[in-house]
Amino acid sequence: MSVPQAILLKNGRIIDPANKLDKKANILVEKGIISAIFAPRQKAPSLPKKLLSFDLQGKWVVPGLIDMHVHLREPGEEYKETIESGTRAAAAGGFTAVACMPNTMPVNDCQSVTRLILEKAEESAFARVYPVGAISKGSQGKTLAEFGELKTAGAVAVTDDGKPVSDSQLMRRALEYASNHKLLVISHSEDSSLSRHGAMNEGFISTSMGLKGIPHIAEEIMVFRDLAVADYTGCHLHLAHISTRESINLIRQAKKKGCPVTAETAPHYFTLTEEAVKGYDTNAKMNPPLRTEKDREAIIAAIKDGTIDVIATDHAPHSVLEKDIEFDKAANGIIGLETAVPLALALFRKGHVDASRLVELLSSNPARILGVTGGTLGLGVEADITVIDPEQHFVLREQDILSKSKNSPFIGSKLQGKAVLTLCGGRITHNLL
Amino acid sequence: MSSQYLFAHKHILGLDHLSVPDIEHILNTAESFKEISTRAIKKVPVLRGKTVITLFFEPSTRTRLSFDIAAKRMSADTFSITASTSSTTKGETLADTARNIEAMMPDILIMRHPSSGAAHYLARHMKTSVINAGDGSHEHPSQGLLDLMTVKERKGKISGLKIAIIGDISHSRVAHSDIIGFSKMGANVFVSGPATLIPKKIEELGATVCSTIDEAVNNADVVMPLRIQIERQNDPLIPSLREYASVFGINRQVMQAAKPDALLMHPGPINRGVELAPDVADSAQSVILAQVTNGVAIRMALMYLVLGGK
Repeated sequence: MSVPQAILLKNGRIIDPANKLDKKANILVEKGIISAIFAPRQKAPSLPKKLLSFDLQGKWVVPGLIDMHVHLREPGEEYKETIESGTRAAAAGGFTAVACMPNTMPVNDCQSVTRLILEKAEESAFARVYPVGAISKGSQGKTLAEFGELKTAGAVAVTDDGKPVSDSQLMRRALEYASNHKLLVISHSEDSSLSRHGAMNEGFISTSMGLKGIPHIAEEIMVFRDLAVADYTGCHLHLAHISTRESINLIRQAKKKGCPVTAETAPHYFTLTEEAVKGYDTNAKMNPPLRTEKDREAIIAAIKDGTIDVIATDHAPHSVLEKDIEFDKAANGIIGLETAVPLALALFRKGHVDASRLVELLSSNPARILGVTGGTLGLGVEADITVIDPEQHFVLREQDILSKSKNSPFIGSKLQGKAVLTLCGGRITHNLL
Repeated sequence: MSSQYLFAHKHILGLDHLSVPDIEHILNTAESFKEISTRAIKKVPVLRGKTVITLFFEPSTRTRLSFDIAAKRMSADTFSITASTSSTTKGETLADTARNIEAMMPDILIMRHPSSGAAHYLARHMKTSVINAGDGSHEHPSQGLLDLMTVKERKGKISGLKIAIIGDISHSRVAHSDIIGFSKMGANVFVSGPATLIPKKIEELGATVCSTIDEAVNNADVVMPLRIQIERQNDPLIPSLREYASVFGINRQVMQAAKPDALLMHPGPINRGVELAPDVADSAQSVILAQVTNGVAIRMALMYLVLGGK
């Protein structure tokens, strides 16, 4: 896919919180770089002859969205997703970059796996791919992975995501050692002695469905431990997929005290509750599990007040082999790249957040936390740009999903808001216009 | 029963989806079928030409035999598949097993499975009527119904009675179906046992939780100890069966707190000397074998009704 010589994005609403910008303007992209931003009535700079022009009246033009929590499944589980199919889904969902979790087969715990991922991405990806290495060798929770070599090979962060780091000393050492290498540490906060064999949130619904529950304290106990370790070491820690009210309270207090922590949640945690599991729908099974309405409300409050910094999808593709089976045996996780924009826009439509805040959550904050390019639309930067039509209504149909896996609880749902054009480094990676 | 009433369930997955009129209709139908089992020739032709398959992925003596006998007394042709003889041991999925069985055109599939919701999953994949013979820790509707039938038969009513269920409530599908069924029919259900085996929010299902078994058994009309499901335990739930028997076991002394005419019930199999003292199990108050007899009638009624019998 080549980069067009010049692209003119006309009449869109430019929303760029990093530059405190929210106004109607035109953007000129030349050779993949943003070369001019000017008011629609302003005299245009001299435009190149060969120009691809889009009229974006009524649409949002925002810095390319960055999903800092996806599972691309390559290497090892290519029947669920590949770097190509996953980033194609990302581009269709408006993302220009994804950070991919290390729980592949083999685990991305060494430089050769990181290099492989980046080579595959170079060949086939529709978005920037930022590999995340493992905290421990094989994500076994025993000894540190080689952070220095992971970083040199191109990893941007480390995590044992999918599993917690149960050993507190290992978490402490990971934070300390990662600081040498300017690597972000991401924690999957879960006390697995409390959550083991659980299939959904523990409460009346788990009891009435005869399913083993995962209590909310399984997350909160580990969030508290993680906050204590971050505070003690002074090293930045990022908490993945926060799902409970008490986790939010703990993070809010810790941030007030100056604890170096950031946190993300996923669209399903502010959209759905454990009610979605009724009928044994395995597409509502994930870890952490869907929680209660009170938790959902607390997540939204945290998105509003800044306790939550990032919306990331935890895109977790699974095939029918893992999902069209008995509920307790089904795998955890749902895909999310192609539904994040409409689900996040629902927060905007309900008045919980303004447009700038949404862009922070989906672009500028993940860029800053990961320490990667993007997250802004300044002059001279690479053109990672997402165009969103906030008014477009659609029903999510299985056959329209570009991810190889179709495990979404939103299939059949009426959604509003869609990415209609995605530019990644000036390349058109998605275009519905 | 009003003439307007129509039994409209194709599948029996649990008591939670049955209404009070549904339950009354099933109990009445079962009562009328009970007599068949006492005849010299124990067979009626109501399900002649129908095919009934029992598919059991967990061990069972009573339930499988009871369904099998019930189907044969109605003249259905019955076939039985168990976990060790099924292709799931060769890696076949439940959905594929179901599709293959369905391709042979059965009329009723009766399944027991260790996963909660397995019967619901099957019902979504099949046109055949599915009767849940126990799914994980979720429900065991035919057992719940036969318990209701037994109490109604002995006490003449269900409404207003105090039912005490003692033991492993968390892992017991019988407890779940009984709590739902007895509450729906107007009884007051009390549960007690080790707090490690009482699931969260069980009160919202209609049960009152008691911290001591004496409180639960006090003045009860029905006392039902449940088996400690040792094979399910991978969790530090109780220190020992010995202590369980001494603190939570139902013995003669505990039974004295119940009403003098209280019924002793047990879904079986019994761990004699653990949850139930042998002399109580064999006492005059025990209706454990009457439960088993009624089980056949309940299962005859369920098969008859899901195939459209009026």
